[in-house]
Amino acid sequence: MVDASRTFPESWRKRTTRTELLIWAGWLALVALFVFCWQVMTQDTIWMFVADAPSQAADIGSRMVPPRWAYLPDLMAPLWDTINIATLGTLLAVIMAVPVAFLAARNTTPSVRFVRPVAMLVIVASRSINALIWALLLVAIIGPGVPAGIVAIALRSIGFVAKLLYEAIEEIDAQQVEAVTATGASTAQVIDYAIVPQILPAFAGICVFRWDINIRESAVLGLVGAGGLGLKLQDSLNILAWPQVTVIFVLILLTVLVSEWVSARVRHAII
Amino acid sequence: MLRLQNLTKTYRTGDRALNGVSLTVEPGQVVGLIGPSGAGKSTLIRCINRLVEPSSGQVTLGDTALTGLGHGSLRRARRRIGMIFQEYALVERLTVMENVLSGRLGYVGFWRSFFRKFPPDAVSKAYALLDRVGLSDHVDKRADALSGGQRQRVGIARALAQDPDLLLVDEPTASLDPKTSRQIMRLIVEICDERGLPAIINIHDVALAQSFVRRIIGLKSGEVVFDGAPNELTDAVLTRIYGEEDWSATIRPVDEESDDQVDDPDAEAEHHGPAEVLDRERMAGLS
Repeated sequence: MVDASRTFPESWRKRTTRTELLIWAGWLALVALFVFCWQVMTQDTIWMFVADAPSQAADIGSRMVPPRWAYLPDLMAPLWDTINIATLGTLLAVIMAVPVAFLAARNTTPSVRFVRPVAMLVIVASRSINALIWALLLVAIIGPGVPAGIVAIALRSIGFVAKLLYEAIEEIDAQQVEAVTATGASTAQVIDYAIVPQILPAFAGICVFRWDINIRESAVLGLVGAGGLGLKLQDSLNILAWPQVTVIFVLILLTVLVSEWVSARVRHAII
Repeated sequence: MLRLQNLTKTYRTGDRALNGVSLTVEPGQVVGLIGPSGAGKSTLIRCINRLVEPSSGQVTLGDTALTGLGHGSLRRARRRIGMIFQEYALVERLTVMENVLSGRLGYVGFWRSFFRKFPPDAVSKAYALLDRVGLSDHVDKRADALSGGQRQRVGIARALAQDPDLLLVDEPTASLDPKTSRQIMRLIVEICDERGLPAIINIHDVALAQSFVRRIIGLKSGEVVFDGAPNELTDAVLTRIYGEEDWSATIRPVDEESDDQVDDPDAEAEHHGPAEVLDRERMAGLS
């Protein structure tokens, strides 16, 4: 009930004057930082080249057309390599990532204090290094060719797959696990009956998503000698065969489009 | 017979959920456990099958001291204790049949369960149980395709698939509408009666507890403050359990019985009237 004799304040503010000032100061600092960085960035720029850029681009562009379509048959074998690198790399990564994810998830790890940090280290190490860098190292170790590419893709993907999967495991409904445990099921049975059904859609989604990313990544791995389309790109760039470069670009674009379509369809079918 | 002796649970946060609870559940006895939220009802039943590890005290089922069992023997002991949950706790993406058969997991090896190759007697028993709870037409549906009442029936069938010696029931009706709640409570009590199965039922609906069980235990702040027959639940007792409140609308006049569900298509458990069940219950309590 409202008491008519009482009066209530008519002004209300979300923040105090002090926090408001602090927020403005923060924005000011950000703008100052931007101006400073701009100056550092541009002090080595040769403006003549920048001014020249449109005509340079037009020049290369004009050399790139018409595309040399006759080059297309030569690209089929490397394209097959690229798809294999992506698919086998993803497969290898998934096989290694699943146990890592179970060891990293708080609700399934045998020990939060000892095992989990190790699993997290694996994930962070894998994620912090780009596939191209892995490939560079592996070409030196395994030698150039498709195997180096597969392992590079796999090593890069473990962290990605394991991270998303362990997050999915941590989000499961604990009651279902409790219920299956209460029947006297063993740990393996609890995983099979209570955890796997809950994470399966996420798992499938993660795998196709990563495969989709890996198609793009494996297309450039050849630049450092790890096989696939990138190898042909490198060759064509070296001999300034711009019409061939165009064909490769178009092919990569088409492959990525197809892989995106496939992964969208698969994810749609599962969820 | 289930015996709790001086059961105490202190959580790591320092909350004392149970404070020296001692009670005995006789064979075939169905006990309603009431009390305010946070009184320790869930903790109490979870300490029995050790989903929650008790801090001290003893739990004995038959001749087995459940407290103090190792990992393997605890698993074997859990097979004898069926559990029914508030939010059903079915594995949503598995079928009704898989959920019921998961009650047999303690009895089969990993690979058999992995390939869903359960022994023929387990499968026929699962069919029989689904028939008993009225879900014969839903065997291959996914659990998440069922309604709340149907899911709880699957939960009941899963618990019974274990061939339990004891049923632990945690707020079985908290997520259900009043009518379904009554059906589910009636089903649980009937099944316990058929099998001479003892049960502890956590329930916050006092009237529902009064009309379906013959012994009620009141828990407050982790201690037993009432233990007696439903008609001994007076204003004074409810105030002792829950605190001061006007209880006149809550307590159910003992002989009032509704004649609902007669026209209910899936009320397979209701061929005899509720009053009859209750009478039988009371008789069983006396004998």
